[in-house]
Amino acid sequence: MQAPHPNQPSLAQIWEWLDAVPDPEIPVISLVDLGIVRDVEWSDDGLIVTLTPTYSGCPATSVIRLDVETALAAHGIDRLTIKTQIAPPWTTDWLSEKGRARLEEYGIAPPSPAGGPDHCPRCGSPDLTRVSQFGSTPCKAHWRCNSCLEPFDYFKCI
Amino acid sequence: MAREAAFYEFLLRMGDNTLILGHRVSEWCGHAPVLEEDIALANTALDLIGQTQMWLGLAAEVQGAGKTADDLAFLRDAWDFRNLLLVEMPNGDFGQTLMRQFLFDAWHVLQLRALTASSDDRVAAIAAKAVKEATYHLDRSAETVIGLGDGTEESHARMQAALDYLYPYVGEMFLSDAVDAALVEAGIAPDPAALRAEFDATLARVLSEATLTLPAANRARGGGRNGKMHTEHLGHLLTTMQWMQRAYPGATW
Repeated sequence: MQAPHPNQPSLAQIWEWLDAVPDPEIPVISLVDLGIVRDVEWSDDGLIVTLTPTYSGCPATSVIRLDVETALAAHGIDRLTIKTQIAPPWTTDWLSEKGRARLEEYGIAPPSPAGGPDHCPRCGSPDLTRVSQFGSTPCKAHWRCNSCLEPFDYFKCI
Repeated sequence: MAREAAFYEFLLRMGDNTLILGHRVSEWCGHAPVLEEDIALANTALDLIGQTQMWLGLAAEVQGAGKTADDLAFLRDAWDFRNLLLVEMPNGDFGQTLMRQFLFDAWHVLQLRALTASSDDRVAAIAAKAVKEATYHLDRSAETVIGLGDGTEESHARMQAALDYLYPYVGEMFLSDAVDAALVEAGIAPDPAALRAEFDATLARVLSEATLTLPAANRARGGGRNGKMHTEHLGHLLTTMQWMQRAYPGATW
């Protein structure tokens, strides 16, 4: 990595800016929380941000690119290249601890290696039923709590 | 067969399978028996179309004629498609759609798993991405086949009829030709026949739990993956799917 120009924002600063860009479909977590920002680096031609899609057909992908461009432009980054990388494939293991906590607060059960949530994100009850393996976005499934009877989204573990 | 030509054919086979099945499954959007299943079908279709963008995107790159994935999807005619006949079969009832999905998923997961070890890094990367989605699809389709097969008298009869109707199209997944031979030699893709034993094992396990009976083996119906003879269903599907680009060439938004 080359030494930054005197007026060039540090990479840590860029990551911080990106961490303020909300996911368009689950706005309580950031793109960085979601684990889809894979790399940020300076090159001779400006900044390069590497993104990876969550699901192959996720319709939010193009909006996410636009949001990154807009957010960085607002901080004065005018020379930006956004690269898409599919390998290694995105995994929910890349969700940040902060992101998992925010999902739960928001009422979305965070991914669990057991293949399903172990408690209701609203009332904490372990008595749950899966309604459908798919939910409101490609990354979620649909569950219901048998105690408080509220339906909720579960972030699929992949 | 020249390696580049065989590679292009192979990529069309992968991308056309996911494109045609993705379109078929999307035909359910707004029509499924319950809202949850409607959403599940639409999400499955979305994954398949996403995978199509990667396979046909790479096909266009390998072809080197300046085309895009969209060109390949919307501007080829029926005889240019290289999908398995199974995926162009009509949706029928919900049970037939899920049976078709199960038969495809059971093969797709094995194919993608093998492709993660491809000698071509681009193929391995797409397969590693797609296999996660396909594995999830298989969990769901297998579970639904079991639920409906071992369900009511009505659902059981419908699932058995779906299996009887679709099973003759399974054999095509395991037929090999010169394209396959060239790819096996280059280490890009597995020999289709090599996937059969594990596929049969998955089928035996799921169908037995679903209390369904595999029909007597008969001659495999082929002609899709090599483009020799598609069914009449493909042309009808294309007239809907390609209508916009045919009516308004080059339209974008």
